[in-house]
Amino acid sequence: MTLLTTDLGPEGLKVQADRLFARKRLVNFGLPALVLAYLVYVFLAFDVPGLAERASLDNARTLVADSYSYKTHVTRDNRSGEVSVAIEGERKGRYPEGAAPDWVALGETTVIDLGSGHRVEFAPDQVRYDIPGYGTVQAAPGRSGVNAVLPDGPVPDWINASKNRLAITTLAGRLTITRNRSEVFRYALGWELFWFTLDSPYHGMSPFALMGLAFDGEAGAIWSDFWTNPMWRHVDVAWAIGETILMAFLGTMGAGLVALPLAFMAARNFTPLRGLRFVVRRLFDFVRGVDALIWTIVLARAFGPGPLTGALAILVTDTGTFGKIFSEALENVDSSQIEGVQSTGAGTLQRYRFGVIPQITPVLLSQLLYFLESNTRSATIIGAITGGGIGLLLTQAIITQKDWEEVTYYIVLIILMVMVMDWLSGWLRKRLIAGEDSRR
Amino acid sequence: MIEISVGPGDVTDIRASYIELTRRRRLYGGALLALFVAMMVAGFRTADRRNAGSFRDGFAHIFDYPAEVLSEATEKAAQLPDHIVHFLPALIETLNIAAAATLIGAIAGSVLALLSTRGMARWPRLIPVFRRMMDVFRAIPEIVIALVLIFMLGGGPVPAMIAIAIHTAGALGKLFSEVNENASLKPVEGLQSVGASWTQRMLLGVIPQVGPNYVSYALLRFEINIRASAILGFVGVGGIGYELRNAMSWGQGRYDEAAAIFVLLFLTIVAVDQLSSLLRDRLTHGGRT
Repeated sequence: MTLLTTDLGPEGLKVQADRLFARKRLVNFGLPALVLAYLVYVFLAFDVPGLAERASLDNARTLVADSYSYKTHVTRDNRSGEVSVAIEGERKGRYPEGAAPDWVALGETTVIDLGSGHRVEFAPDQVRYDIPGYGTVQAAPGRSGVNAVLPDGPVPDWINASKNRLAITTLAGRLTITRNRSEVFRYALGWELFWFTLDSPYHGMSPFALMGLAFDGEAGAIWSDFWTNPMWRHVDVAWAIGETILMAFLGTMGAGLVALPLAFMAARNFTPLRGLRFVVRRLFDFVRGVDALIWTIVLARAFGPGPLTGALAILVTDTGTFGKIFSEALENVDSSQIEGVQSTGAGTLQRYRFGVIPQITPVLLSQLLYFLESNTRSATIIGAITGGGIGLLLTQAIITQKDWEEVTYYIVLIILMVMVMDWLSGWLRKRLIAGEDSRR
Repeated sequence: MIEISVGPGDVTDIRASYIELTRRRRLYGGALLALFVAMMVAGFRTADRRNAGSFRDGFAHIFDYPAEVLSEATEKAAQLPDHIVHFLPALIETLNIAAAATLIGAIAGSVLALLSTRGMARWPRLIPVFRRMMDVFRAIPEIVIALVLIFMLGGGPVPAMIAIAIHTAGALGKLFSEVNENASLKPVEGLQSVGASWTQRMLLGVIPQVGPNYVSYALLRFEINIRASAILGFVGVGGIGYELRNAMSWGQGRYDEAAAIFVLLFLTIVAVDQLSSLLRDRLTHGGRT
């Protein structure tokens, strides 16, 4: 702004203004252009165009479908003729011998009703599938192949037939036949067996019936059946969440406790020794610079996997951050309050207790609580590395690549956990610090 | 309070009630402190019990691993510069992930912030929706999105970038909307009176006011994102974290590589830290006004 000196005359002013405008234009267009150029470079460096090949839409579809629905497998062993029904095809979700959901009629000929007119029959020596609007597909799987007989006309693209394999995918379900096995999938909404597994007597009961039983004194049994559900492992999940919060709590508070005395040593007005101040400050910088990742690795070597390692990693990293923040807060302390306390004849300890601590408590508390929330998130990540807490469960579930409903469940829990911690830390901050203000 | 006003001359009453007050406050303070200490102790013991190795056994061995790495690194000190050069591309990838994620996140965050600030929002009724959206974005740890995206998109830096960008959009969106609340609405009204569209009003009326603060927050976020990107690399998206994991899983014999990566990571973080605090200082104190 000092550019516009008045003794230039109108011509000179105009030139100056033009130049100013040109520069502004350069900045206003140059900066976005620079950002754009960088993004283009990253686009190429990360090989985003090649991503389309690497990306797997099938994986995405399974993931999304699995997260809100489940499938029940009805499987017939074509050699022995045995039929078994299992949710997600898992051993833990298998119906006991002779039992089946109401859309499966077991017997000499097993009839599976897939809904909206779709019917599959497992007869002793042949498999039939009535598809409304298309016709009946028959197959007689045996040593010579599947021997499928399709209705006349061209084969639609949702049927995949070859000598040894027949796969039919409709909106109602899916039938696959090989020489050894015939299998039907029926999809249903929801998370299967979330409350009780099939071996529990309470499976399939309505909430009202359960309430009634609970009042009749079965509450303990109902709770333990739910709590020890082998498929969803509610106990382990609860422990994992607890461990994650514990890591965050221990790490944050421990870091605060370690950092406070060190912060006094790093503050100019409390430590006259320059050398000591320098050493402590460099210590803070070092601890902060050696990132949480490296601390986690180093500590995991000494303590093994688990919540303690995670808590210590958070503690060490945050000691540096807290030390820096606290020492800055201490340097801004108003010395007249301390002198006031001193004038009443207070000793050193009392001077600190009544002159310094009340001044820094709001900063201290609000930082501690703020970090408690953000560390809950860090603890999830650190847990995935060191093997503790909900982070570990999540990575395990993702690595198996099939229990996506569990992954969804954990993600929902993590988000809820972080939001609750966020709310809690905000509430505490308001309560504690407002209380502090009204006291003064 | 009532006793005090009733008996103005009664000093003993005042004294008694003051002592009573102090005693009660001390009791509450003491109870809170006891609760805190109890929670810390119980928490520590639970964590210790559920950990693979106990605190007492592990404490003596904290420096074993760094010592091993250091001794091997000093033995092969001559190779250190070579290793550093070798890992430089991985470091650049990590930095690129962080930078691109910060940029994209900051752009998305500023749009979200503008959409959720009263007086600036394009659709005032949708303010709560955008607020909740930012809350959810902020609550999801990067690793969750990254792992899910790796499954869908395959490995590589893109999942990490998207994951960090989403979290950044949420975190910066909140900070930005706090900045917006302090911005003057007069330029916006002025622009509106001459018929400017919403985009023009925001770009010309709001962004110039809040720009320096935005940049300063984004720089702070960049620092955080470098760390996040290194950690995500360790979980499997490439970059320096991935190299570190490889070097470590080889165990003894490759510790010199691990040491080189430690050094690189440390230097980068410290350098970015210093640079960004310098720039932020400039933006908030010097330069303008």
